[in-house]
Amino acid sequence: MEHQYDVIIVGAGLAGLRAAIELGEDSRVAVLSKVFATRSHSGAAQGGIGAALGNEEEDNWEWHMFDTVKGSDYLGDQDAIEIMAKDAPHIVYELEHMGVPFNRTPDGKIAQRAFGGHTSEFGKAAVKRACFAADRTGRVILDTLWEKCLQRGIQFFNEFHMLSLIVKEGRCSGLTAYEMATGKIHIFNSKAVLLATGGAGKIFKTTSNALASTGDGLAIAYRAGAPLEDMEFIQFHPTGIYKLGILISEAARGEGGILRNSEGERFMERYAPTIKDLAPRDMVSRCILKEVREGKGIDGKDYVHLDLTHLGEEVIGEKLVEIIEFAKTYVGVDARKDPIPVQPTCHYMMGGIATDADARVIIDAENTPFPGLYAAGECACVSVHGANRLGCNSLLDTLVFGRRAGIEMRKFIHSTGYPKVPSDLEDLEAAKIRFLMEKNGSENLGSLQQELQSVMMENVSVFRHKETLAEALESVRDLKLRYQNVGVTDKGSCFNRNLLDTLELGHMLDLAEVMLLGALHREESRGAHSREDFPDRNDQQFLAHTMVRFDQQKGPQLFTKPVTITRFEPKERKY
Amino acid sequence: MKSTFTIFRFDPAVDKQPRYQEYAIDVESTDKILDCLNKIRSEQDPTLVYRASCSHGICGSDAMVINGHIGLACQKLVRDFKTANNFVIEPLPLFNVIKDLIVEMDPFFEKHRYVRPYLINDDPVPKTERLQSAGEQKTIEPALRCILCASCTSSCPISRANPNYLGPAALLRAFRYIYDSRDTAKGSRLAQVNSDDGAWGCKTMWWCTDVCPKGIPVTKCIGQIKRAIKTAEKKR
Repeated sequence: MEHQYDVIIVGAGLAGLRAAIELGEDSRVAVLSKVFATRSHSGAAQGGIGAALGNEEEDNWEWHMFDTVKGSDYLGDQDAIEIMAKDAPHIVYELEHMGVPFNRTPDGKIAQRAFGGHTSEFGKAAVKRACFAADRTGRVILDTLWEKCLQRGIQFFNEFHMLSLIVKEGRCSGLTAYEMATGKIHIFNSKAVLLATGGAGKIFKTTSNALASTGDGLAIAYRAGAPLEDMEFIQFHPTGIYKLGILISEAARGEGGILRNSEGERFMERYAPTIKDLAPRDMVSRCILKEVREGKGIDGKDYVHLDLTHLGEEVIGEKLVEIIEFAKTYVGVDARKDPIPVQPTCHYMMGGIATDADARVIIDAENTPFPGLYAAGECACVSVHGANRLGCNSLLDTLVFGRRAGIEMRKFIHSTGYPKVPSDLEDLEAAKIRFLMEKNGSENLGSLQQELQSVMMENVSVFRHKETLAEALESVRDLKLRYQNVGVTDKGSCFNRNLLDTLELGHMLDLAEVMLLGALHREESRGAHSREDFPDRNDQQFLAHTMVRFDQQKGPQLFTKPVTITRFEPKERKY
Repeated sequence: MKSTFTIFRFDPAVDKQPRYQEYAIDVESTDKILDCLNKIRSEQDPTLVYRASCSHGICGSDAMVINGHIGLACQKLVRDFKTANNFVIEPLPLFNVIKDLIVEMDPFFEKHRYVRPYLINDDPVPKTERLQSAGEQKTIEPALRCILCASCTSSCPISRANPNYLGPAALLRAFRYIYDSRDTAKGSRLAQVNSDDGAWGCKTMWWCTDVCPKGIPVTKCIGQIKRAIKTAEKKR
């Protein structure tokens, strides 16, 4: 079946929906999502969205910019970060006008709270910058944007799985997709495609990410020739529930929660004397594991305690409702009385499809655009997060660059006609699916998936080392070979999850390889990439973005791209 | 511990009637029901399907019937059930089954859409935020917990008897906008649900409140709508 739209947006999280709203009034736009829109993983964001509104205390965008640059360990592009910090207040007011039900200050303004790495006066003290709706900020923004799309009459293709991008003579002219309910192949011809497909946390064993976070958009863009940027930078959030990885928002510490080791000590005081428990995530995760290594994990195990017992009913009952429930439901802990067992959990990818600040996908170090292809949100790398993202900057990123993608695509679609799409595409894609379905494989999909997740968790998480990285790369390449022998057991065409799981695993294997290539190349420690064999940052050699492009003949090709530095020269990062 | 899962199966391409299939797996008392289903799919039967994503009760994908009770598979643990070595898993009632535990949700979202689930306010937009007191925001807080999992609507005896009834989830969304101090369409919103297929369809049977995985007092919220309709009528 064929469709034609000005713009196809893949992914119905915040970036995709914000772009759809920007375009919806006068353009033909459709949103395609492999899960129903409100199931998108943006909805799991808890703590808040960063903007220097100054509703609670003095703040300004320049401090926000500085914190983000410093948080990124100076790898973020400062021109893009400036745009984001400046746009932030406007973006938040716009959300409020659309109906997002933020918590309020006593004088009726949007309430704000402290978050990791956000400070006043360039690092002097923690500042309240995260605008929030209890600890379900992502969910209420997602609902509001989706409902706004309903009002605008935007077309959704829910439970459609993207198969490939259509690229002809270097221009993206649409995509092919698989309808989950029927097994039919659909061809979407469009002037522009926006990838807003989120992250890939499912590559790791312990993660806060949803089952749907398998990096499809990144892998498909990579296969279509778009370079992936800074993929070695993977954020491990310090406070996932022990063993489960379920996120306990940084808001818990923003509201006064304290991390304690087996001796009951507030150990973050030693590592970050100024902002203590509100140090950025890469640091806190490392500190937790250092405590564990020194034998100060709780009961000698690999977790510490997050203590909220002193916060009082007003904070817990009104601002941290969901996480209190999570602790009760999943580990039987009443966080009002007892501390929550926590350990780092794979949470976010700083890297992604390389784009410029207008969400245009770029193909080289000179920012040459990939015509017709755009990316925004977690699947994109602008780069505003560099080597480490600050809490409450991800929602901001999705909305700022989702909106900018909409604006840029509107200009583009009015300047161009519909590119042609080859007529045999539907048959080609159907043949690929048939091949997978008819193959009787000797390998078990489930065990391959688990092996990948274990290899990545053990070797590519918070601390890394050349030897184990090289071993992991070998394992991943071996898994890629074995993947060729995976068969699809389900031969049906209605909700064939087995087939989709198989496609998703292929995507994750490609991405794992790129992450490892970046991690091996970067012989320094910066932000979330901490090499035990190279413990220091090395600006001389590595103050540059890692780019990996897939070449049909030669396979993955690594090159670098300079970092844009405007206002803040790299300095030692202390908190 | 060994546990038996008896699961509702239906593949429209093959089955004339739904059937039940048994799986025996090893479970931990702390496993989520979703973990158990994932395990069955990964280790024994990749053809078994259900919707799931966030796996911690926020995306609203995996409401189903577990041992006769509606709940989220990712929010219920093995230890939450007395009969922990014997589970019966079925799709949500009320909706048509597409395959196995996957049901047709379109009618549910059509009703959601009917209540105009978006802020209506045509006043000029201020430069910064519209002011709203903390108390006003708190009024709608219960409704903000809703994850659109459809547990309430599928459990509602009235929804089962009257297909035109909006049902608890859509009425809760109506409540969310009726009581939002920034919305200017309260009158027409109340008029829209002032019918037997709207708020008056609710016979306060509390099933929706009982099953809500987010602890929302759904029945009470619908009651507040009813009172608001009466108050508006008195004023007229």
